[in-house]
Amino acid sequence: MIAFDPARLVSTMSGHGRRLGLAYRAHGPDWAELELPWSPDLIGDPDRDVLASGPIVALMDVATSLGVWCRRGRFVAHATLDLRVDYLRPAAPGRAVVGRGECYRLTRQVSFVRGQAHDGDPDDPVAHVAGTFMNMTPQEPGR
Amino acid sequence: MSDPHPTPAPVDLPPYARLLGLIVEGTDDAGPAGRAPVLVMPFADAVLGRPGFLQGGAIAGLLEMAAIAALRAALSADGGGRIKPVDVSVDYMRGGRDHPTRATGIVTRLGTRVANVRAHAWQGDPDQPIASARMNYLVVRD
Repeated sequence: MIAFDPARLVSTMSGHGRRLGLAYRAHGPDWAELELPWSPDLIGDPDRDVLASGPIVALMDVATSLGVWCRRGRFVAHATLDLRVDYLRPAAPGRAVVGRGECYRLTRQVSFVRGQAHDGDPDDPVAHVAGTFMNMTPQEPGR
Repeated sequence: MSDPHPTPAPVDLPPYARLLGLIVEGTDDAGPAGRAPVLVMPFADAVLGRPGFLQGGAIAGLLEMAAIAALRAALSADGGGRIKPVDVSVDYMRGGRDHPTRATGIVTRLGTRVANVRAHAWQGDPDQPIASARMNYLVVRD
């Protein structure tokens, strides 16, 4: 039973995530999947109509955060400690990018995450990410 | 939320830089970045994450734009060419608060095929960075 509701969090999101149009797709016990719709506003390389890295990082930051909260079973404020993105290939112009973030290890203070992004075929990803988050309230007991 | 005297983003900044509201403040002549421009990202709803703080992706976007600006400047002074990102690794040191954020990039090595670039972002004091990034690019020489 999962108490945390990622779909609800994404639908009420404001700020950068909302401006990017991030939408909920699916989730499981330790992962969540979001969609970043294509928009010409997100182009980072006008010569090739390729998305900037910022939107991909934002997509994967949110997707992996959701993975952490799915695994914890509740929302806990945390801060990104680091995030590495490998750009395996450019996303195809005009296609939405799907990002799946997974939390593979939780400690009291640190959450370890990984994920992949693709533009239609999960077996042909556009990006691979790995990162860590610091729990902002490590002393707070579970509810 | 905008500064009354900003320099509008020049045409060579991509659409995502406009979404972030980036302004080119000038070149960091005194710093180690040489002629690399300093980019400013105003605090605005479009770059917010959790309430009161910048979103990590928006900070990463600013760092990427600063890195690209530094690399384009270095590349144009060295024969010109195109660039393709290989990877980016972002370290977040402090939460981004309700202030303008500045960033600049430094090309640590510009080779024939690969460029190594660093960028850092700060609010107020450049010696107290809120985030930094290390980025590697493929270079396709003209």
